[in-house]
Amino acid sequence: MMAALIFAVSFVTLMMFFVSYCRSLMASSSLHTLSTEVRDVTGIAAWASGRDYTRVLQLLRLCLERPEDRAGLKAVGLYYGLLNLLQNTIARIMPSLNQWAERERAGCANFAVVVLDRRIAFNREILGQQGEF
Amino acid sequence: MPGSLASFILYFGTALELAFVVCAIVRKSFFRYFFLNSYLILVMGSSLGRHIVLDRFGQGSAEYRYAYFYTDALLTLALYMALISLYSRVFGELEFGKYVRLTAVLLLLGTALFSYAVVAQSAERLSTTFAYELSQNLYFVGLILTYLLWGAVVKLRESRARLVQFVLALGLYFSAYAASYALVNMASQYSVVSVLGPLVSCFLPLSWTVTMWRHSEEARLATARLVAVPR
Repeated sequence: MMAALIFAVSFVTLMMFFVSYCRSLMASSSLHTLSTEVRDVTGIAAWASGRDYTRVLQLLRLCLERPEDRAGLKAVGLYYGLLNLLQNTIARIMPSLNQWAERERAGCANFAVVVLDRRIAFNREILGQQGEF
Repeated sequence: MPGSLASFILYFGTALELAFVVCAIVRKSFFRYFFLNSYLILVMGSSLGRHIVLDRFGQGSAEYRYAYFYTDALLTLALYMALISLYSRVFGELEFGKYVRLTAVLLLLGTALFSYAVVAQSAERLSTTFAYELSQNLYFVGLILTYLLWGAVVKLRESRARLVQFVLALGLYFSAYAASYALVNMASQYSVVSVLGPLVSCFLPLSWTVTMWRHSEEARLATARLVAVPR
């Protein structure tokens, strides 16, 4: 009985900390100013929408990976998957929850766009270094 | 747990712990986050110690059981110290900061004495689910303390990126660990649950290393974005 109670409370706080952790990852990239290149490539002028996430992820796969982005991208990807699940289940009958999930999905997409911007700059730097040899 | 998987998780976790310490030294933050570094150094030391005892006496031996559970209790206390150091940083600039630190130290001493008394009286039961229950309860106390700290971070609108992410990672770690111990207590017949604990233990050094590497001490977050529902 005690173990079940601890499991239930721990699971709820785990979800709460996970959401806040992902939001802190997204908040850390919110001050980033997008370059003209990434705006042209993605067609996103200022603020991405939730459905842009998959498209931006495909663009990310075309670039060389930056090791420091990997963990954050995985966590936000998992969060995006959970939000999709939420939108396809409970949020269907709760409009306010649906709106919240959509805002969060947009946050995930914006995080991915910032990662793409950094990755493009990183790739350019590597190409520049190779050109020097 | 299968031997090769256990070894992989152990080596992977140790590599991540070492990465955090190296990263803290490179970023000149070793002494600023001294207790976080001390905890991970202790984890590496205890992993090595357990490995030596395991090689010498075998997994079913009483020596290994004692080595495992006593180092586990020691590591939990070291993690409480790391948590207190985070409390100290969050409340450091407030007038009542010293009272918070004093309360936290008393709580730590109380937990240590309680754990010692319980384990000393029940040494013969260490092989049973009792040891798991004790660890589960200790991690649950840690989870509640981290939850209170997170509440304070939100209330005080703490914006230091490193500090916020260290606290959140610790909260995730304590919740996942308490949940995995509770799951072992409830469903020990499924071998998959025994892998959860060691896997969860890799998360803390990984997220702390990423935070240490990505953010400088001066980096700030927009605190309004941290809470799931804007107030």
